[in-house]
Amino acid sequence: MTKMPRFMIAALMASTMLAGPVLAAGTHPVTGEALADDQTFTYRVLDEHSSVDPQVVEDVSGSEIVRDLFEGLMNQDAEGNLVPGVATGFTTNDEKNVYTFTLRDNAKWSNGDPVTANDFVYAWKRLVDPALASPYAWFGELMSIENAAAIIAGEKPIDELGVTAIDDQTLEVRLSASLPYFPLMTTHASTFPSPQSVVEQFGDEWTKPGNIVSNGAYILTEHVPSERSVRERNPMYWDNDKTIIDKVVALVINDENAALTRYFAGELDRTEVPAGQFPKLKAEYPDEAISFPRLCSYYYTFNLSDTGPEAFKDVKVREALSLAVDRKIISENILAGGQPEAYTFTPGATAGFTIPDVPMAAMSQADRDAKAQALLAEAGYDASNPLKFTMLYNTSDDHQKIAVAMSQMWKQKLGVEATLANMEWKTFLDTRGNQDFEMARGAWCGDYNEASTFLDLLTTPSGYNDGKFTNARVDELMTQAKTSSDPQPLYTEVEQIIATEVPIIPVYHYAGVYMMDSDVGNWPVNNVEQNWYSKDLYKKAE
Amino acid sequence: MLNYILRRLLIAIPTLLILIVICFFLMYAAPGGPFTSERPLPPQVLANIQAKYGLDQPILVQMWNYLVSILTQFDFGPSFIYKDRDVNDIIAQGFPVTLTYGTISFVIATLVGVSLGVLAALKHNTALDYIAVGATFSAQALPNFVMAPILVIIFTWQLGWLPGGGWNGGQWQYVVMPVIALSTSYMASIARITRSSMLETLHSNFIRTAKAKGLPTRTIIWRHAMKPAMMPVVSYLGPAFVAMITGSVVIDMYFSTGGVGQSFVNSALNRDYAVMLGVTILYGTLTILFNLLTDVVYAWLDPKIRY
Amino acid sequence: MVHDMDRNTRIAERLVEAEQIKGRSLWQDAAARFVRNKAAVGATIVLIGVLLFTILGPYFAQWTNEEIDWGRMGDIAGQGGPSFETGHFFGLDEVGRDLFARTIQATQTSLIVGVIGALVAVIIGTLYGAVSGFVGGWVDNLMMRAVDILIAVPYMFIIILLMVMFERSFFMLFVGIGIVSWLDMSRIVRGQTLSLKNREFIEAAQAAGVGWFTIVTRHILPNLMGVVVVYATLLVPQMILVESFISFLGLGVQEPNTSLGALISKGAGTIIYGTIWQLAWPLVFFLLTIISLFFIGDGLRDALDPKDR
Repeated sequence: MTKMPRFMIAALMASTMLAGPVLAAGTHPVTGEALADDQTFTYRVLDEHSSVDPQVVEDVSGSEIVRDLFEGLMNQDAEGNLVPGVATGFTTNDEKNVYTFTLRDNAKWSNGDPVTANDFVYAWKRLVDPALASPYAWFGELMSIENAAAIIAGEKPIDELGVTAIDDQTLEVRLSASLPYFPLMTTHASTFPSPQSVVEQFGDEWTKPGNIVSNGAYILTEHVPSERSVRERNPMYWDNDKTIIDKVVALVINDENAALTRYFAGELDRTEVPAGQFPKLKAEYPDEAISFPRLCSYYYTFNLSDTGPEAFKDVKVREALSLAVDRKIISENILAGGQPEAYTFTPGATAGFTIPDVPMAAMSQADRDAKAQALLAEAGYDASNPLKFTMLYNTSDDHQKIAVAMSQMWKQKLGVEATLANMEWKTFLDTRGNQDFEMARGAWCGDYNEASTFLDLLTTPSGYNDGKFTNARVDELMTQAKTSSDPQPLYTEVEQIIATEVPIIPVYHYAGVYMMDSDVGNWPVNNVEQNWYSKDLYKKAE
Repeated sequence: MLNYILRRLLIAIPTLLILIVICFFLMYAAPGGPFTSERPLPPQVLANIQAKYGLDQPILVQMWNYLVSILTQFDFGPSFIYKDRDVNDIIAQGFPVTLTYGTISFVIATLVGVSLGVLAALKHNTALDYIAVGATFSAQALPNFVMAPILVIIFTWQLGWLPGGGWNGGQWQYVVMPVIALSTSYMASIARITRSSMLETLHSNFIRTAKAKGLPTRTIIWRHAMKPAMMPVVSYLGPAFVAMITGSVVIDMYFSTGGVGQSFVNSALNRDYAVMLGVTILYGTLTILFNLLTDVVYAWLDPKIRY
Repeated sequence: MVHDMDRNTRIAERLVEAEQIKGRSLWQDAAARFVRNKAAVGATIVLIGVLLFTILGPYFAQWTNEEIDWGRMGDIAGQGGPSFETGHFFGLDEVGRDLFARTIQATQTSLIVGVIGALVAVIIGTLYGAVSGFVGGWVDNLMMRAVDILIAVPYMFIIILLMVMFERSFFMLFVGIGIVSWLDMSRIVRGQTLSLKNREFIEAAQAAGVGWFTIVTRHILPNLMGVVVVYATLLVPQMILVESFISFLGLGVQEPNTSLGALISKGAGTIIYGTIWQLAWPLVFFLLTIISLFFIGDGLRDALDPKDR
């Protein structure tokens, strides 16, 4: 079945509705739209999720499920703003290092037990417990909870974690540093409560359907690994009356083209649009093809460590290479999904961040190419002595396309000979992490919605700084930014240093590019972290 | 013969042991580990995880512990990537899937392949031969990663007859496309091996003698030619059967069957050590068993064969 | 006319037979039989055609295999189709490169990979299998259990290790392919040998005191040729596809170079986007290659069949 007949049916139904009485299951309480009888939302996930245990989950698709199954202290709304979850609110002291959350008294687990402050205490201790060895234990450290680091290191017992249940409805958290944005972090899946009695009863088996008890709007009812997982309405959820979607099905489909075919066949309500296909799909299905900015950056990094090539130690070479990359072609012709061109590192969609002006962004591509040629000549490279290097990327069609285009741009404009080398993911990570490369692909998605999650990457102590860029001023500015009330000028200066020093070649900022069935209502396109909750969605009647 | 089979089963134990040892060394020599990721874990967190899974032990100790847990508890360890599951889970859920579509594919591929091959050989260089040969080409020319998307486009999108993927406990609608995609190329190979082997047998002296004696063709084929002609086919079918029932990564991934076939590739790419070992042992055991079975069938096909 | 031709072929056949009687060498015999096989001759011509295409094609190509057609890359489904006007005879690939030049280069690569892979399988697999089957006993057991282990060992790790330990090169690609290609071949050959070694002529040779190695090379191997050749032609497409997997891991062919396996798998992914030529052309050359190799293999099988003499 193609989409066309479905539209015609929709049109027909719309016209009959004008004439006769409305026969739909109901209407949306706020928008008044007619709702579909079948409130099932089916979406595609790329890979099997890692876990649905809030303290263990480490991947995006797993976190999406966990956000439906469990509810933390705070939630995000469609714009990414903080809204109450299990907690109705919080207070903090002047130093912003002690937070007290008030929990609602009607929150229940799916087995009917009340959700209490103790459930959070248990979960947070669990997160940092060396015995559980959560891969996200570092998040407890990032939250600066008192003693978290020492507990992870095994130097203190877990009971000394700075979190206390004053009573069933009051949770107190003590931090080792002042953290104005702490409540934002309680929307992260690893901070969600876990049911102690169930975990202790079933051990590792507690997350299996049938065993699992959760406090979110949904309960896990079916899980066939690598095929599907199903979550259904949790009648015990405190705000169950407002939930519209009854059932959410996540289908694991590795191949994006297969997923799109199945979307066309009507098997899915949401899937990703493969690179380059968005304009055509947008023209054919204007209501279904959507694109919105994401909090991720795509770049190539120079190896500036001792093992890196001599040529890249010369800033002129680095700048020439960056100038000659025609971002417009990559963004419009290869990806074509509304990805913004990148001349700086931090995406413009980041909260409280404005992309600073850098000279390159204002130039025309012809001027950039001319300047690149001049710079490379100054650096001593010409036709008789061409610049040669290897660019490393992990195997993927999209990375390959971009690498091919970049190498051709350099070859044609600058006479540079870039050899392409792909590697399977883990080998790639190992090679890049050991600085065993000349130039390598990188991408970074924000851990939270603030510019430091990006810019910290280029500081000297960062464990993610694979190019080993070192700049004392950047380190200093980023340290200042941590305690500054208005860090934007500091971030601007850091971006400007990056633009002149060119440790990386920013290429583009990500966009979420989906085919989304037009009857799915309220998808949070403005939530740049894409923290979505099925309970906020609904399906319109066709 | 029974003696021989028992001996072979005994030899299987050291064979599997060697396989496990080789796997261990390969895994540890390969770059990256299960917890290598885009954002490297802080050393302390990584240390806790490795301690939890015993990965901080010397490799020989790990091997010993692994063997002990298999032998005493039949526990093949946890998955390091899919943390809600262990290896026994993964195989118990994924193997029945591939066993189902693999066995059906095997039966179809063998029946059709052998029939086509015999037919082509009997009608050597006639229209029928060319049709049979042509059919095997079209099957072979489309690798399963080409076949799979075409099937889904036709049967799911355009016709709307079959679901585009999933398994749903093995309902027939979900099995059809995996079976078509998997069986065709095997079918073609079986047909071609059968055809050439049958041709060779038909040209051999004892068949000529039989023909000279004036025996009817049917008797010649079934009584005399079939068994010797099946030798190379059986050699091919042994490993092919194992490959089919353990699934194909392309089919498992494209049709989202949840089968164990994808675990062979995914566990290696993810460095999910215990899963990797588990599926390798599964594959190794099946290979050993079916190669033994092949040898037994040899002796039946050609009673002169002695081991 | 028809009658005449019929007579002519019959005369030709008799002539060939007559010459056989005169006692030509085995190889001349085989060659004569091969030439008589129309399908095999036709296939040889097609294969030579494919080879010529890969050799002469570049002289007609308007673009190299790595140049991007910047003006058209933004609308490949619309402007990237096969066309003489644009000079892209086979159209454009996903990034806007000339598929004609890329198919030529890919066919070269894959032909070499397929044929060398199959040859390695034939040489190692046949010798290994024949020795194992003929010697039998514990030697057979040992050799075959080694094959069992090699079949089960996670191949991907071997490729990854090769990649880490050595520089990537064409040679390493062949090593990677060679490691697996011969395993199934050795099992098939062994099976045949087990059966052959009880035949009268082998027993006679043994009774006459001929050494085992001579028996294997002189008597067993020629009788295996049929099945070996046919299986080898089955291996060619397999090896072409294995190559794209090895390249996926990073050891094999690197961009901007490519192979038929890579082109086909990319083309198969994009069939719903109106760029069917990206699948069609590489698939045509893949098909031509394996079909002609099959008929050549079949012709060789018929020609080499010792019982036909």
